[in-house]
Amino acid sequence: MLLVRCPWCGPRDEIEFRYGGQAHIAYPDDLDGLSDEEWADFLFMRDNPRGPFRERWYHVHGCRRWFNAVRDTSTHRFIATYRLGEEPPA
Amino acid sequence: MTSRRLPDGGSWIDRSKPISFRFNGVEYEGFEGDTLASALLAKGVIGGFRSPILGRPRGIMTAGPEEPNAFVEVSEPWFDPIVAATMVELVDGLVAEPRAGVGRLPAAEVPTRRREHRHRHVETLVIGAADEALEIALQSAERGDRVIVADAGRYLAMDPHAFDKWDRDPEFEALLSSAAAILVPRSTAVGLYDDGYAILIERLAPMSDRLWHVRADRVVLATGATARPVAFTGSDLPGVMLTDAVLGYRSRFAVVSGQRGVMLTTCGAWDVNSMPWMAEIDFQSIISIGPEFRESQIEPSSRSIEVIHNPKSVRAVGNGKLQEVIVIDDHGERSFEVDVLCMLGGWNPNIALWRMVGGGTRYDPWRACFVPDGSGPPWLEVIGKASGDNRLPETTHVAFVPAHDYSELFVDFQRDQTVADIRAALDAGLTSVEHVKRATYIGTAIDQGRTSGVLAAAIVNQLLGAGPDAQGPTSARPPAVPVSYTTIAGPDRGDLLDPIRRTRIHAWHEEHGAVFEDVGQWKRARYFPRDGEDMDAAVARECLAVRNAAGVLDASTLGKIEVVGSDAAAFLDRMYTNRMSTLAVGSIRYGFMLGLDGMVVDDGVAMRLSEDRFFVTTTTGNAAMVLDRFEEWLQTEWPELRVYCTSVTEQWADVAIAGPKAREVLATLDTDLDLSTDAFPFMTFRDGTVAGIPARVARVSFTGELSYEVLVDGRRAQELWAAAISAGEPFGLTPYGTEAMHVLRAEKGFVIVGQDTDGTVTPDDLGMGWIVRKDGSDFIGRRSLRRVDTGRIGRKQLVGLRSDELLPEGAQLVEEDTGRIPMPMIGHVTSSYRSPALDRPIALAMVERGPDRNGQTIHAPLPSGTIAAEIVSPVFYDPEGTRHDG
Repeated sequence: MLLVRCPWCGPRDEIEFRYGGQAHIAYPDDLDGLSDEEWADFLFMRDNPRGPFRERWYHVHGCRRWFNAVRDTSTHRFIATYRLGEEPPA
Repeated sequence: MTSRRLPDGGSWIDRSKPISFRFNGVEYEGFEGDTLASALLAKGVIGGFRSPILGRPRGIMTAGPEEPNAFVEVSEPWFDPIVAATMVELVDGLVAEPRAGVGRLPAAEVPTRRREHRHRHVETLVIGAADEALEIALQSAERGDRVIVADAGRYLAMDPHAFDKWDRDPEFEALLSSAAAILVPRSTAVGLYDDGYAILIERLAPMSDRLWHVRADRVVLATGATARPVAFTGSDLPGVMLTDAVLGYRSRFAVVSGQRGVMLTTCGAWDVNSMPWMAEIDFQSIISIGPEFRESQIEPSSRSIEVIHNPKSVRAVGNGKLQEVIVIDDHGERSFEVDVLCMLGGWNPNIALWRMVGGGTRYDPWRACFVPDGSGPPWLEVIGKASGDNRLPETTHVAFVPAHDYSELFVDFQRDQTVADIRAALDAGLTSVEHVKRATYIGTAIDQGRTSGVLAAAIVNQLLGAGPDAQGPTSARPPAVPVSYTTIAGPDRGDLLDPIRRTRIHAWHEEHGAVFEDVGQWKRARYFPRDGEDMDAAVARECLAVRNAAGVLDASTLGKIEVVGSDAAAFLDRMYTNRMSTLAVGSIRYGFMLGLDGMVVDDGVAMRLSEDRFFVTTTTGNAAMVLDRFEEWLQTEWPELRVYCTSVTEQWADVAIAGPKAREVLATLDTDLDLSTDAFPFMTFRDGTVAGIPARVARVSFTGELSYEVLVDGRRAQELWAAAISAGEPFGLTPYGTEAMHVLRAEKGFVIVGQDTDGTVTPDDLGMGWIVRKDGSDFIGRRSLRRVDTGRIGRKQLVGLRSDELLPEGAQLVEEDTGRIPMPMIGHVTSSYRSPALDRPIALAMVERGPDRNGQTIHAPLPSGTIAAEIVSPVFYDPEGTRHDG
């Protein structure tokens, strides 16, 4: 079980969290200007890299805040967690 | 039967405490501290076990969790369907019998061991007490670290340095305890997981198990090494034992494994005379397999024991147990009469835990084993023999002794698989150890291949002509030792399996004979049978009461969320398909919530309490999901919106009074509200008092009838309910449950999200396009309603079905029953009830182009016969909607 470092609460067990998929995918501004393909791309398509991945986590059984993380998908190791609105680490 | 117990010694046993037990129908006596295996061995009982597939005689081979033969069913004083005799600690009255292969679960209730769970955070977790483990634990504890030391032993502080000593060291125990280290003897790590998370099982005497969940900054594995078997003819006979087991039985239990023995080793001529724990066995010969390389290390012996180097063949023979070892070498054939053969095919570092968290291995050619390569996670270290250090003796990599018949060379004793079976798998073209495992099932039995896994890999390498380092054993995964589900469940059983949520009025329902149903974690009253009524009769009576007089429903489980803030209205506009910002204070609007994909995910009503304050309801099962959804959008997309959401589900109780006489009932209930339709119209709410209780009363209707939902502080719910029941009596007010509620709403064609929808349904599919605003302003899911697929002709749409027989929910629908399977399926039944008001079956269904087929007859082919149904409007009752004002 992963130890997830909530930027508000510190390290907590994975079971307190919910996974939220890829991070930094903004809700589009001009929905009506999007083709069906572009909309479907936003809706359904996500990256699936081996290695560092920016993703969203939700401390649902804790402070109930969403935050972002960079996690290495091949080792499960968290490289960083950071609050919403903060820049991802380089 | 000769006793093999020595008069003195045995670090684990307490001779002042004899214990009676029964094995295979025979009474025996052992001592406290014995395992079932050691107590049997002490009585000379080594066999009595059978292999699961071939039924070959098998005996106790090891002294630990790696045991491949001696499995038993324990029936008293607790029940365990199958467990290794080496892992059962003796208790008074223990009853066990051999059990091969798989356990049997009795139909009757059986006594189980008590289970508990314990959770700890520590700086240092030491698993295994071998080698320098205790020094490391002591250093950490003295530094102020929280420390846990776990070991399979009955006592922890053994001599940490030697293979051949397991003596207690009480001084060390005392030091560790005084340094506040937590000592967990009799425990085994079940699994090691990411970021220093470990699960340990502790076997507490006499009959309880404790599962430890430990999160550690640093995990030290000092799990030592276990002797590896060698495959030779007859190696599965009772009496053939692993060398470390022979040492362990002698030192822990003062049990000598045999009187006359031979040693078969690949570690060079192991000098049994230098092993004090071997002293009582009269060794006839040491059979050294493989190239000799350690001769110079043999110490001068007081006894002269013949060493046979590299024989051409070795056979263990005997009638049901080992009686003779026959060796052929250059000098001819020799035979030794023995009752024990100590087998040592090298040592396997115990590194399953290391491997299950991604630790890599490398082959050590000197010790012929796979050792940690240092590539594991940063919080994990392996020390001592488990790390493959030089306390492990050198060995050759011989995996099996030559024989003319490979089918006599057993590898996996629980699967009865031999070198010949491995050969057959290779001959079939398999080359990977993982594939051979799946072809032969080697390593997949209840012993998890602890003795056979590394051996099988070595045999594959040898047969393929590959180097011994070519392939290691198959993947290691938790659980490292068998754990019963009841242990994993721990206290979370029965009523504690899942939280049970009861409404504030639950006690009344119970007193009045309600039958409950589970809705999520809630217990809801399903119906209230009277005088021997069955469900159909009770539901019919309750439905008719609502249609003709009045009914009262405990609707408290509905999800309730207060949405507050200057942007609350704008926020709800984005979350719901209809516009909430135009809602007048004091009014109510029904709304749909869609997923981004345009599919209906929940419905509910919104009440506007003030300009900046809304009270929204959700379906019972979706309350948490909707709140999470609100939070997600507010936090991740629209942090600029000033909105706060609070769950108030349990703060408010909700008592719904519905039916043509609902107004009279409420009026009798002493309310200060003007109940006239003009003053208090449909889809509005008013704050006032009801029965002297401050209340918020909402005119919404899920039945189609005049209906008041009276919301009060949960603490006064019982009071309100009792007052309503008593005031309603003259009007025939009848408590009704969720089943009647379902029938009543279906008669009106009101959908239940999650029953009539399944995550693939749009508002248009439900014929509810009117609920979706078309002014171009955005809400979640809007863009998806323009996707080609969402607008496609031929989607399943909501219809009503009229049939003579009751259709089962879930029934597939076809145009014609052609009698030939498959038939094109055009839809399915989502809701189906016998309507008391219409005195006939009604159903809701999702059917391709459903509304276009109005009036058509379609069919539900069922095993019991085909039911014809006419497609009609989903609104069966009061289609004009005239009844909600009473």
